[in-house]
Amino acid sequence: MSKTERTLEEHELIQRIEGDGQGAFVESYDAEAEVMTINMGPVHPATHGVLRLFLELDGETVMDCKPMIGYLHTGMEKECEDQNWRGAVTIVTRMDYLAPFHNEHAYSRAVEKLLGIEVPPRGVYIRMLMSELNRLTSHLVQFGTQGLDMGAMSAMFYGFREREIITDFFEMVTGLRMNHGYIVPGGVWEDLPDGWQEQVANILDVMPGRLNEYQDLLSENPIFIERTRGVGTITAEECDTLGVTGPIARASGIDWDLRRDMPYEAYDELSFEVPTQEQGDVYARYQIRMAEMVQSVALLEQIVDQMPDGDYKNMDPKLTPPPRSELNRSMEAVIHHFKLVTQGYAVPKGESYFAVESPRGELGAFVVSDGGTSPYRCHVRDPSFYNLQSLPVMAKGGLIADLIACIASLDPIMGGVDR
Amino acid sequence: MALPEILTGMRVVIRNVFKGKETMSYPEVRRQPWPRFKGRHVLERHPDGLEKCIGCELCAGACPADAIYVVGAENKPGARFSPGERYAQIYQINYLRCIFCGLCVEACPTEALLMTTEYEISGTSRDDLVYTKEQLIVDAPIQRHWDTKIEYSPDRTTKQKAGRDGASS
Ligand code: SF4
Ligand code: SF4
Repeated sequence: MSKTERTLEEHELIQRIEGDGQGAFVESYDAEAEVMTINMGPVHPATHGVLRLFLELDGETVMDCKPMIGYLHTGMEKECEDQNWRGAVTIVTRMDYLAPFHNEHAYSRAVEKLLGIEVPPRGVYIRMLMSELNRLTSHLVQFGTQGLDMGAMSAMFYGFREREIITDFFEMVTGLRMNHGYIVPGGVWEDLPDGWQEQVANILDVMPGRLNEYQDLLSENPIFIERTRGVGTITAEECDTLGVTGPIARASGIDWDLRRDMPYEAYDELSFEVPTQEQGDVYARYQIRMAEMVQSVALLEQIVDQMPDGDYKNMDPKLTPPPRSELNRSMEAVIHHFKLVTQGYAVPKGESYFAVESPRGELGAFVVSDGGTSPYRCHVRDPSFYNLQSLPVMAKGGLIADLIACIASLDPIMGGVDR
Repeated sequence: MALPEILTGMRVVIRNVFKGKETMSYPEVRRQPWPRFKGRHVLERHPDGLEKCIGCELCAGACPADAIYVVGAENKPGARFSPGERYAQIYQINYLRCIFCGLCVEACPTEALLMTTEYEISGTSRDDLVYTKEQLIVDAPIQRHWDTKIEYSPDRTTKQKAGRDGASS
């Protein structure tokens, strides 16, 4: 018996698993209508994480597409309920892992709303500085993966090269390259270290030239345009109905940006534009992201110029442990420290919602407190989850190759979708 | 034909070919992280050699990932480990659980627990990654899996090499 021959039992087993001898990924095949139902993912390099797509295909044409999620569900929202209010920051930051600062930001603002406290101006500006840099890193990844999925390998190298400079800066400020836990209720974890200006100046020096390079590389590229223009179109009404926000909605002509329309922190003191496009296709979404990066660089210049001095977080002793030098001298400080570390601070009973404009759209945190020292409920409205619902609308009637372009342009982060 | 656009794109690629390399041949060449980097922990000692840790378990309580296990014990006259009354008899950090958030360092009242810039934490078994007090104490040698020949400073604005001993701060 040769190695390729199977015993009868093996054959039956494989048949039972695979069904009629088709590949395991084919769910059913209707020979009459010539419609084939297949699974794409959950482990597929073009689905950006563990997204499983249930595709109904007629030849190469996508007749229907159902995203199936939950493969990255780790119960992070539930996990927050076991932490105190400060510790939950380390959990929420891991949800949308390409926009950690925005997660922390939304959560912290929601908690601050319940606490009824103010953040000192320097804290506000540091938050905006980190958020805008984070928008750059996230869009750079999107640029790279979009290029990669369209066959432009070098786009990914360039995108990640620039991202690296910015993550180095994150490391300098927060100590970590991802999942920082830096923005906390009351302000930020630590002040900016000495020499941060030079590092940001270096980023701002490098970025405009590199952004131009990207434009040269992809924006005019006939192959890229061929694959993206008129592909995966979605209208403004459909975006509204599905709750799609962020660059995708703006590419369809919805002129909505929380930074400008519901200003938080000090965004109303800065001047910037909200780019919009009308076409609503993959190419428009790509252009929006490129324009947003230019705007972020402009915002960063203003933020660095206007960075105020002073406290970087609310120094209310109920919220912030006393400085370490106090601990050796005052018994009161020791008791305070002990209480804050073991229990954390209590947050008044109530519920609040706060949304920030993340690189993918409206990222909101809904927190409920029962008056205790840990969240009673912490829900995060992650834009990826809502944006992903627009995938069937975009993909229906297109080719499989267009579907790949659509997924890349949606930029879904499965950590945020499943939480 | 769209030759001009393709040539524009190729010009970018060719220009980048002649730029310096962005990558490093890790592990021989490394980039030293910034001083704030949250890496592997160490347990500090006082200048007189006594341990700073007083076995108060605050770090274990603050840890969001339940990675720290501390059992405190009383110092006896003949066997004194720390200046106060208590010391940590057992101190373990489980690096399979640790998420390097630094809350334990913030919680420690005596500055006994600090974080180094070492990030090479890997092992061949789960037990290897539960670090004991003997491995965490500051005078235990920090182990790297490979020797480092060159270590670059994290600062990109100045392209200089950093000393090996600058790695742990
Ligand atoms: S760094 Fe965070 S996760 Fe790791 S031991 Fe300390 S508190 Fe726990
Ligand atoms: S390391 Fe610090 S917090 Fe942890 S037990 Fe020792 S003294 Fe307490």
